[in-house]
Amino acid sequence: MRYLSLAQSLTRSSRRIRIAGLVALSACLFAAATHPALAQGTNDWSELQRGLYLSRVGDCAACHTADPEKPMAGKYALDTPFGTIWTANLTPDEETGLGEWSADDFWRAMNEGIRRDGAHLYPAFPYTHFTLISRADSDAIYAYLQSLEPISQDVMEPDFPFPLNIRFVLNGWNLINFEDRSFTPDPERSAAWNRGYYIAEGLGHCSMCHSPKNFTGAVKDGDAAYSGGMAEGWLAPALRPGSGGPGLSDWSKDDLMAFLRHGRNSRTAAFGPMAEVIDKSTRHLTDSDLDALATYILDLPESGEAPADSEAIDTDDPAMQTGALVYATQCSACHGPDGEGIPGQFARLKGSSLTQSSDPTTVVRLVLEGVRSVPTEKYPTPHAMPAFDWKLNDAEVAAVATYVRNAFGNSAPAVTADAVAEIREAQ
Amino acid sequence: MARKLPKREVVIVGFGWTGAIMAEQLTAEGLDVLALERGVWRNTSTDYAVTNAQDEVRYRFRHDLFEQLSRETMTFRNSSDQTALPMRMLGSFLPGTNVGGSGVHWNGITWRFLPSDFVARSHNEERYGPLPEDMTIQDWGVSYEELEPHYTTFEELCGISGKAGNLNGRLQQGGNPFEGPRSKEYPNPPMDMVLAPKLFAEAASGLGYKPFPFPSANMSRAYTNPLGVSLAPCTYCGFCEKFACGNYSKASAPTTILPVLMRRQNFELQTQAMVLRVLKAADGKSVTGVEYITPEGEIIEQPADMVILSTYINHNVHLLMVSGIGQIYDPRSQQGLVGKNYAYQITSGVTVFYDEETHINPFIGAGALGMVIDEFNGDNFDHSGLGFIGGGFIGQTQTNGRPVESLAVPDGTPKFGAGWKKAMRENYGHSVGIGTHGAVMSYRGNYLDLDPTYKDAYGRPLMRMTFDFTENELRMSDYLTDRAVEIAEAMGGREMTVSRRKGPYSIVPYQTTHNTGGHIMGASPADSVTNKYLQHWQMPNLFLTGAGAFPQNPGYNPTGTVAALAYHSAAAIRRSYLRAPGQPMVQA
Repeated sequence: MRYLSLAQSLTRSSRRIRIAGLVALSACLFAAATHPALAQGTNDWSELQRGLYLSRVGDCAACHTADPEKPMAGKYALDTPFGTIWTANLTPDEETGLGEWSADDFWRAMNEGIRRDGAHLYPAFPYTHFTLISRADSDAIYAYLQSLEPISQDVMEPDFPFPLNIRFVLNGWNLINFEDRSFTPDPERSAAWNRGYYIAEGLGHCSMCHSPKNFTGAVKDGDAAYSGGMAEGWLAPALRPGSGGPGLSDWSKDDLMAFLRHGRNSRTAAFGPMAEVIDKSTRHLTDSDLDALATYILDLPESGEAPADSEAIDTDDPAMQTGALVYATQCSACHGPDGEGIPGQFARLKGSSLTQSSDPTTVVRLVLEGVRSVPTEKYPTPHAMPAFDWKLNDAEVAAVATYVRNAFGNSAPAVTADAVAEIREAQ
Repeated sequence: MARKLPKREVVIVGFGWTGAIMAEQLTAEGLDVLALERGVWRNTSTDYAVTNAQDEVRYRFRHDLFEQLSRETMTFRNSSDQTALPMRMLGSFLPGTNVGGSGVHWNGITWRFLPSDFVARSHNEERYGPLPEDMTIQDWGVSYEELEPHYTTFEELCGISGKAGNLNGRLQQGGNPFEGPRSKEYPNPPMDMVLAPKLFAEAASGLGYKPFPFPSANMSRAYTNPLGVSLAPCTYCGFCEKFACGNYSKASAPTTILPVLMRRQNFELQTQAMVLRVLKAADGKSVTGVEYITPEGEIIEQPADMVILSTYINHNVHLLMVSGIGQIYDPRSQQGLVGKNYAYQITSGVTVFYDEETHINPFIGAGALGMVIDEFNGDNFDHSGLGFIGGGFIGQTQTNGRPVESLAVPDGTPKFGAGWKKAMRENYGHSVGIGTHGAVMSYRGNYLDLDPTYKDAYGRPLMRMTFDFTENELRMSDYLTDRAVEIAEAMGGREMTVSRRKGPYSIVPYQTTHNTGGHIMGASPADSVTNKYLQHWQMPNLFLTGAGAFPQNPGYNPTGTVAALAYHSAAAIRRSYLRAPGQPMVQA
C-alpha cells in the first residue's frame, strides 16, 4: 500500500504519468514477492475490462457518479425514508476515496457491508445483494476502481436522526435483515438461469427497487419479492404476477431483452430511474448475460398472493365515462384509440403490466409530470410524454388513470381523486 | 471588437432542412461541424405536445414559429419606379425560425421537379421559339438524372407516402405519369383518402385526367428511416402548415435527422447565434468565417475552413449583399448577379359548396392529404397559341377545418354579423377547396437588392424586394383556374366560388412560402452565383443551399428539390471537394 500511495502522490498531476507509474509499480511488485496484495494496482487489461463491465452490471455509476466530470467520486444525495445519505467516493483518492483500501477491505464492504475502518455501511449500499458475488468479481471491480483518476471529494455523513446516526445500531439491522451468502449454482437449473440469478440477485440488485421494503427499509422476500416497490417516488413495477399486478407474465424473452438493451420494445419504453439503469447498466450487458438475466426474471414464480381485484370496472361507471372522454381527446393521438400504441415509439397500454400495477403511483405521475424516454443507439429519438398537471384536475387524472387501467381488456383497481391529490402534493 | 473563437472545419449558418442535411452528411464524413441558428431549441415531444400544439391563435395568428420582423425584415414594392416600404407584418410568405426552420411548419408536400424544368430555357425555346425579352429564365446546370438518387435519399429520410408513376421508365397505374423516371417506389403507401379528394379524383378521372395522391411527408404508417430514426403514423389532426407536429408524424429536420446528429461528437449546434455577415479573405478569393451576435450583444468572429449558408432564401441573399460577396444585380444595366431572378409561386382556388347531406368532415386533415393532377404542369401540355409557358398542378388537399382560419362561405355572404354566422353554420363541413399552384418565371424586373433607406435591428440595410406577377403568369394561372373550374363543375356541388389570382402581387394575404432565386445556380459564372454543386464560383469554400439557387420557380412545392440539391452538393463535397479543399469543383 505504501508503495502505491507513494507512486500516486508522486504522479497525481498527470493521468498518463500516473499510469506509467503504476506499470512500473506492478513490475516492481511482481519482481518483489508473492504477497496477496499483488492484485492491487493491477494493470492487467482484461482484469480492468472485467472490472469495468462488472461495475456496469452493478450500475455503480448510478449512485457513485453524481457529476459526470467526476466519475465514481460519489456525493450523490440518496433520499431514503430515514434521511439523506451521500454516496461514497470510490476513486483511489487517499484522503476521501478508496486510496488506502486493499482488495480485502473492498471485499469486506461488498460481502459484509463493513467499511475499512470497521464501521457499518448503511444498507442503501446494496451489500445485502453484493454479498452474493464471488471474490474474483469483487477483486476485478476493485482493480477497476483503483485504476481511475483519484478525485478528492469529501462526503458528508448521512443526516439521519438519532439513533440511526449511530452506525453501531446497524448490527441490529443486520441481525434481522442480513444474511452473508455466497452463490451456489442450482444443478437443477440451466446455466443461463443460474447466471441470471447471480446477476439479478447479486450485482444487478434488481429487487432493491422492484420489491417492497419492510419498516426497517429492507427488501422483502418470499411472496412479496418482485411484487413492485418504490424508487425515487416512482413505482418500480412488479416483475411477476401476484399482489402487485400481472408483472411480466405476458412478456417474451425478446421483449425483455430488447427493453434492457435498447430502452424500448414493441410494448413500452423505459423512463425515470429505469431509463437510467438501462443507459448506465443493462445496455452494456453481453448478449449471453442479457439472455441469462431475462431467463431468470421471466422464470420468477407466480406469487402465492392473489392478484388484487381482477374484475374490470364497468364502462358505465362515471369515472370510466369521464376517463374515456379524457383519453380520446388527450391520449389517443399517441397511444391509439384502442390503447395499442406504436411499437418502438408510443407505449402500448393494452395489456401493460405497468398500467395495471396494483399501486397506481407511476401511472398517475406519468400523467401529471410526463416523462422522457432514454435515447439509445437503436432508438435515437427521445420520445417524451407531455405533462398534464397544468391541464387536468385531480378528478380528471383519476378518471383517465382508472380508464386506462380498465379499458382495452385491462383490469386494475380504480384511482381516486384523493390519491391523485396526494401524489401531486408529494412531487 | 469581435471576440475570435478557434477555427472550425465547417460552419453552417441557419439550421433548417438543408443545414441539418449538410451537417449530417459532413459529420458522417468525419468533419468537425458547427451550426449557427438564430432561433432557439425546441423539443418536439414536449414543446409541440399534441395536447397543446393545436393553438390557432398562438401559431397561426401570433406567429410563434415564424421569424420576428422587429429583428430583420425587408422592404417591398411591385416595380422599380415605386418606393419600397418595410414589411411590418408577415403575410404572403411565412419563413420560420428556431431549430428546424420553416421545415417544422410545412405541409409536407414533397415533389420532384420535371426533367424539363431543369432545362427550362433551352427546352421552351426549342419547342416554342424565342422567349419574351424580359424573361430571364435559365437552365439549371444540373439535370434531373443527376438529382434522381438524391431525391430518393430525401424521400427515404422522410418516409414519403405516395405512389410512383414512373419506375425506371415504366409507367405505373395510380401514380403521376408525367414524373421523371424514379429508381424506387415511395417508401410508404399513400395516405388514406377522405371524401373531398375522392370527389375531386372522381371528377378529374371523368374528364380524362389521371389523378394521383399527393406525395406526402405526413406518415401513412409507422416508419424507421435509414438513419434509424422513427416516425409515427399521422393522426389526421389537421394542424400541419403553420404548426409543428409533436406526434412525430411529419418529417422535419428535428424528427428525421437531429436525434442521430445530436449524438455525434463532431457536431455542435449553437442557438441564438445571429450571423450578421460572412467574412472574406483580403484577396476576395475565399471566405474566412462568419461574424455573429449573441443575445447579450456580444460580437463573435467564428473562423472556418468552409462556410455553408443555409438560411431562408431571402437571408442567404441578404448575407451575400451585406458581406460584399459578389455584385448586386442592377436591372437597368443588367450587371451583377446577387439578387437576380427572384421568383415566387402563383396560386388560385375554387371552392365547391355541397348541401348539408354531404359530410366533408374538414377537421380530418393533413398538410399533404389529397389528390392531384399534373396534366397542366411544366411542359406536360402543348402551350402553342396559349400565350404563356409554364404551368402548375391542380389538386385537392384536405389540410384542415380550423375554426378561425378555414371558414369558406359562398359568394354574396355578408362579411360579418348574423348573415355571416348563418352561412358559416350552413357551410362548415360541406365545402371542398381545389387549389392551383403555378410556376413563376424569372424576369429582368423582379429582383432583390438593398434598400437605400431602411435598416434592421443590427444597423444593416434591409433587403428590398421588387416583384410583380407578369402577363405570362396571370395567363397561365387563369388557364389553370379554368381547368379547375371544369373539374369543380363535375364534382356535383350546389354552387362554387372562384378565386382567380389577379395582379398586382400583394404581399399581404398569405399565398405560399415558396420564395426562390437571388443566388441562382447555373453552368457558368457569367450568369449564376453558384455552380451545380451550390459552390460559389468566385469563393470556392462558400456554399449556398436552399431555393435561392432556383433560376426560376417551377410549378411544384420546392422542398424535395431543395433537399435533393443539398444532398447533391454534400455528395460532391465528400467525393471531390475534400480532396482539393478551396478549389472549384467546376472549372469556369
